[in-house]
Order: sequence, then C-alpha cells, then structure tokens
Amino acid sequence: MPSPLSEKQIVDIGKSNKRKYILEKFSARLFLFCALLSVISLLLIIGFVFYKGAHPFIAEGYSFIDFIFGMDWVPSEGKFGIFPMIVASIFATFGALIIGVPIGLFTAIFLAEIAPKTIAKLISPAVQLLAGIPSVLYGVFGLAIIVPFLQNNLGLAKGQSLLAVIIVLAIMMLPTIVTVAETAIRAVPKTYREGSLALGASQIGTIFKVVVPAAKSGIMAAIVLGLGRAIGETMAVILVAGNSLILPTSLTDSVRPLTTNIALEMGYAFGTHQEMLFATGIVLFSFILLLNFVLAKIGSKGGK
Amino acid sequence: MLRGLLWFSAFLTVAVLVIIVGYIFYKGFRLINFDFIFGDYSPVGHGGIWPMIVTTIYTIVISLLIATPIGILSAVYLQEYAKQGRLVRMIRFATESLTGIPSIIYGLFGAVFFVTTLKLGMSIIAASLTLTIIVLPVIIRTTEEALKTVPPAYREGSLALGTTKLQTLYKVILPSAMPGILSGIILSMGRIVGESAAIFLTAGTVAAMPDSIFSSARTLTVHSYLVTQESGDIELAAAVGIVLIVIILVLNLSATFISKKLNKADY
Repeated sequence: MPSPLSEKQIVDIGKSNKRKYILEKFSARLFLFCALLSVISLLLIIGFVFYKGAHPFIAEGYSFIDFIFGMDWVPSEGKFGIFPMIVASIFATFGALIIGVPIGLFTAIFLAEIAPKTIAKLISPAVQLLAGIPSVLYGVFGLAIIVPFLQNNLGLAKGQSLLAVIIVLAIMMLPTIVTVAETAIRAVPKTYREGSLALGASQIGTIFKVVVPAAKSGIMAAIVLGLGRAIGETMAVILVAGNSLILPTSLTDSVRPLTTNIALEMGYAFGTHQEMLFATGIVLFSFILLLNFVLAKIGSKGGK
Repeated sequence: MLRGLLWFSAFLTVAVLVIIVGYIFYKGFRLINFDFIFGDYSPVGHGGIWPMIVTTIYTIVISLLIATPIGILSAVYLQEYAKQGRLVRMIRFATESLTGIPSIIYGLFGAVFFVTTLKLGMSIIAASLTLTIIVLPVIIRTTEEALKTVPPAYREGSLALGTTKLQTLYKVILPSAMPGILSGIILSMGRIVGESAAIFLTAGTVAAMPDSIFSSARTLTVHSYLVTQESGDIELAAAVGIVLIVIILVLNLSATFISKKLNKADY
C-alpha cells in the first residue's frame, strides 16, 4: 500500500497550485493588455492627428470650408487651401486604378487559370517578391525612365506630371493586386469550374462567368489593398509629381497630392502651418476610410 | 480575344517588373563593392552606405524587440483566451484599421507624439517606436493564422494530462505555431526595411553613423530617396536599391524556407 502524503507535502502542493493559479490569472490579464495596446495606439493616432489638425479651425478662426475648397496654399501669408491637392490625389489614385486594376486582375486570372504550371510557378513567387520592394525604388525608376520618356515623347517642358504619378502608382499596385487576387481565384473550389465546363461553357466563359464572380470578395480586397497603397504613397510620388501648387487640368500638369504636401513641408513647418499639415492628414485619413467603406459596400452587394 | 488579352496582361506585368528590377541592377551594379557597402559615408563622390545599413538594422531590431512579444501575446489573447464579443470585435477593428493607415499618417503621429510630446527628438528610437505600431497588426495577423493551424487535439491532449492553460500554451501551442510566427516576423522585417515616409518624418535625415539610438539618422530607403531628390544621383540611388532588393529577397526566401522546413520537422 502506498504511503499517504504527509501533511507537509499536502501544504506544498497547495502552495504550488496557488502560485499556478495566480500566474494563470496574471498571464490572462497580460495578454488582454497586449491586445488592448492596438486599440490604444489607434486611439492615440486618431486623437493626436485630429487634435493637432482641428486646432486652427477651432481656436484660431480658420474656416474649414476655405481649407477644403481654397485654391491657394501660401503658408507665409496664412493662406491654406488644399483643393488642388485633393483633386490631384483623387485623379492620381483613380488614374492608377483604371490602368492597374484590369492589368493586375487579368494577370492574376492568367496565373491562376490559364498559365501552364511551369510558367505560373516561375512568375507567382517573382511577383510576390516585387510586392515587397520598397516603394521608393519605383519612384527612382519613375524619375529615371518614365519622366524623361514623357518629356521627350509628349514634348513637355517638364516630365514630372500627373501622368507620371499615375503610371508609377499603377506599376506599384500591380504586384499587390496580382498576389491577392490570384490567391482568391485559386481558392474557388474546383467543382465550380467542373460544373460549368460540364454544362458546355467554354474555359474563358467559365472563368469570367463563374470563377471570377465566386472570387469577388477576394478580388475586392485586392483592389482595396492596391488602392490603399496608391493613395497613401508618398516618397515615390514626390519624385515624379513635380509638386506644383496648381489645380490640375490635364494629365501633363505638375501636381502635388496630399501626401507629398505633408512630407515636403513637415521638415520646416511650425505653428499654424504645421497644424494645417495635420489637417491635410485628416483629409487623407477620411478619404481612405471613405474609399474602404464604399468598396466594402460594393463588394458585399455583389456577393449577394 | 479575351484569352489573348489575358496573355498580354500577364506579359505586360512581368515585362514591367523585370524592366524595373533590371534597370536598378544595371544602373547601380558598378558602384557595388566592399568600400561602398562597408565604408563610412562621405558627401563627395558616392560615399559609403554603412551608416545607413547600421541605422536600418537598428530600426529592425528595436521595433521587432517591442512589436514581437506584444503582437504574439495579442494574438494568443484573441485566439486562445478571448470569448467572442464586443471587446474582441473592437480589438480586431483596431488592428484592421491600423493596417489601412498610410505610412505618412504614422509619420505625422510619430512626429508629434514620440518626437515632440515624449521629447525623444528626431531619432532612431522615435522611428522604431512608430514602426512598432506599423508592424504590430502584421505580427498579430500572421500569429493568429499560425495559431489557427494548431489542431485542437493538441490542446485537448495537453490539458487532459493536467497541465494548466499557460503550460499548454508555451509547451505545446506556441512551439507548434512557431514556423508561422517566424515567417510573420520575417515579413515584418521586410515591411520595416521598405518603409520610408514614416521614418523620414521621425528619424530625420542625418547622413552619419548614429552615436546611439537617440541620434537622428537615415535608413537605406530614405538615403535612396534623398540622393535622388537632392542631387538626382540615380546611379547611387540604384546601388542602394540593389542592397534593398537583395535584403528583401533574402528575407522572403528565409521566410519560405523556415515555414517549409519547420513544418516538415513538426508533423
């Protein structure tokens, strides 16, 4: 018969159990705290950017309407209008979408559905790698090749233009769109294709009528990610935009989107000028929220 | 017709990307040598880029030292501890929103919070703290995905042996999820290396070897940007670009390798 535990041993077990329970409780709290840090960070970011950016309109009597629709940005004279920049940002982003999305999607469809296996195996990882290349390098390439190309072929005085920005952003969003959309298309169950083909549909018909609609939410996610990359891009855009403060009326105008305005002037701005750059940040922020919201709506509607 | 269009698009994508990488290598490879990589920076000529490499390494190490534990533990909370509800939805919403914020906004925040309010000044530490927030959602998401792949039987088996939840976590769950977590960390290194706007506004542009993490300095991406913008020295920018591309390539390959290798070893 095994000897029963002595009293001392029982106390020891009780103690070590107690320690375990305390540790368990403590660690659960610690994990919760870590998870809450993301929430805290988000609140801090929104709080600080909005506090700084709203200050001139609340405390210094600047008009928010004049800020949004104002045509002139002359910080030394206290004129802060960002309408040309808003227009530049919108044109640049949508221009890049118009070029980048179809090419990116078609490439993704090609890689997932049509390409011979050996080719797809070669290209897919390469495109994935390119999604990770620092965006600055796209700007360097744009300045070295695209800008002179536009300058010479369109007879411009200066190749740095809205068109250059659009091309660079379209190229930059390609790898993101291709990678995400390809994953989405590959995730469509094989039976969908087989069912459609069995009904006598052609391969191309199956792809566009069955596979692509089935992958819609993933494709939307790809577009949103590409869009986010385009509208938020800063350093690559500075290099090719020309940064003039005029309202763009043609593709060949030199432009200054919202992001570049912040990066160009943050270094030396102070006081109201600096706060106005934060206000520019708020406008950019709102744009991204709005676009994500709209695209999410489109995506969920199409899904039904 | 459509089939042709698909082939053409794919060809165009590949051609454009090959041209970009090819151009960067073609333009920059003449500058790549031992002195360029390991030499000190000098404003005359093309200068060495060792200070920028060191700065880049500093930012990677510091931000990952902070972001990795926080990110992993957050994911553990979300996957293993939390009851689904308001709180979890709020945390997920926050991490998703953080992913969507453009880096220039992070830069603005870093400039007012870390640089000014916390009085860190334009410095490597201010940039690293900003980068911590940028990569946090990446680490949380990849860790969550990795935790999801651990079969529930592992947890049940371990708990049935009388272990506590915490013991199960660090003896069973985390080791099985390790490959996924590691490749997530490596991917966030790539994100840090490629970041420019946020660093530009928080670490400044001083082109010298940083004395400490409290000095202002420039990373490789910022250097590449500045030499293009200020002096139009495309050759130098491309040479820095080659170094960046090689770093990204190595990181990607090791992420793939680790997840493959460890997965095989595990099961």
